[in-house]
Amino acid sequence: MLLSCQNVRKTFGTNLVLDDLSLEVDEHEVVALIGASGSGKSTLLRCVNLLTGIDDGVIRLDGEDITDPRADPDLVRRRIGMVFQSYNLFPHMTVLRNVTLAPDKVHKRAAAEIRDQAMEWLSRVGLADKADSYPDRLSGGQQQRVAIVRALVNNPRLLLLDEVTSALDPELVGEVLTMIRGLKDDGMTMVLATHEMGFARQVADRVVFLDGGRIIEAGPPSQVLGDPVEPRTRQFLARIIEAGRL
Amino acid sequence: MSTPYQPRPYEPSDVQRERIAYRRRQTIRSVLLSALSTLVVGIALAYAVTGSPGWERVKSSFFDPEIAREYLPDILQGLWLNIRLLVVCTLAALLLGLLIAVLRTLRGAVFFPVRALATGYTYAFRGLPLIIVLYVFTFGVPGLRLQGMPSVLVLGGAALVIVYGAYLAEVFRAGIESVHPSQLAAARSLGLTYRQTMRHVVLPQAVRRVTPPLLNDVVALQKDVGLVSLAGPIDAVRAAQIATAQDANFTPYIVAGVLFVLLALPLIGITDWVTLRAARRQSAGS
Repeated sequence: MLLSCQNVRKTFGTNLVLDDLSLEVDEHEVVALIGASGSGKSTLLRCVNLLTGIDDGVIRLDGEDITDPRADPDLVRRRIGMVFQSYNLFPHMTVLRNVTLAPDKVHKRAAAEIRDQAMEWLSRVGLADKADSYPDRLSGGQQQRVAIVRALVNNPRLLLLDEVTSALDPELVGEVLTMIRGLKDDGMTMVLATHEMGFARQVADRVVFLDGGRIIEAGPPSQVLGDPVEPRTRQFLARIIEAGRL
Repeated sequence: MSTPYQPRPYEPSDVQRERIAYRRRQTIRSVLLSALSTLVVGIALAYAVTGSPGWERVKSSFFDPEIAREYLPDILQGLWLNIRLLVVCTLAALLLGLLIAVLRTLRGAVFFPVRALATGYTYAFRGLPLIIVLYVFTFGVPGLRLQGMPSVLVLGGAALVIVYGAYLAEVFRAGIESVHPSQLAAARSLGLTYRQTMRHVVLPQAVRRVTPPLLNDVVALQKDVGLVSLAGPIDAVRAAQIATAQDANFTPYIVAGVLFVLLALPLIGITDWVTLRAARRQSAGS
């Protein structure tokens, strides 16, 4: 087991965002978190990456308690890649520098090796010709693919994807989803928060439905999305179908 | 087989031709109008000044070419002091401001005294009038009679650096805070430490954004460096004052004023250019 969250509790002021939540993710497994806005999907990802602290419980990565205050968050984050809804590329750096910054400054790898690996990844996702461009010259889909490459060149054990297609125009969603499907074939362990039910069905080994900071239902995509047991899951999916997103 | 794409030949329609002609007529009209109104205002101003009863007297006591020529070398020598002081004080104040701004962003209990000192410094020295700081540094500090006391010029420069450093620190801090938290989250998620995040992600963006206001403060500093003459060193304004006292003629002040404007022009030009470029970049980025 690669990631294990046990009885995680997280509050923002009086607002209970994660309520005694437990979730385990095996190596090479892809888990899709679904649920309405405010259900805790993004917060859970941010907690796993230690971008925000938890109020109770334990999160383990490779068996190590990463929520122990004595653990060094910088060392933990080196092993986890994260991609954000709004890409968050560094606007003052070229695409190539965005990708090579962490391998250079954090992992202290040789410049030539980093460059080769970065260019290989950029070619693989069809962006080699954009290496010297600045992010503001790229479309949203291109920026998001660069952001994913930026996380991947650090060879993370785990990749967290926080609604990576939510800010994209519909015709650009496909190129990002294709890339993530390729990562699944490579065996990358991923936890992704998503509103794309069709995509969750295709790529996830397990779908987890969150509501009010709790896991309401979890299981294979065909079951959770096709034949949900819990009334709240059904309600949620009915609303999604109504909105034409399934 | 395929022929290259050929756009259809385009001829403006009658409507469009009529619009182009109309716009051209409008442009000519507004150019003529602005030339005419400038001329009228210019003549009226010249008439009001030169036609005033005291013009001859003012002309001889403020715009005497003889006196201007006589004292120009003295004033230029004073200006050289201004320039040297400006360069050194600008660099030192920028460094001090950046340092203070970064210190103010430090989190963690250990840094509390540093943070408190930095905050207290920006509060105190933005409130204190520059002249008082100058007097304390140039008259008060030498009074301590410490060994190796630097010259009054250095002490005056230090006073300028400390006061302007406080202003620049606030400009830098505004720049740092304007960088969106998502940029920090992205940098930290890659494993960069706080220090690396500041160095590679936050500061480069912050400095770019606040370059126009920073340069604006440098233009202000350019005028204030002359205040060290209150403590003795002779700058351009002080040289002009001495010359004025000798001949009871104010022309040297006008000479010094023109020199200051000439000195400021390139800096103001750079400021405008940088501001324009920043605005263009931002609109391209959105």
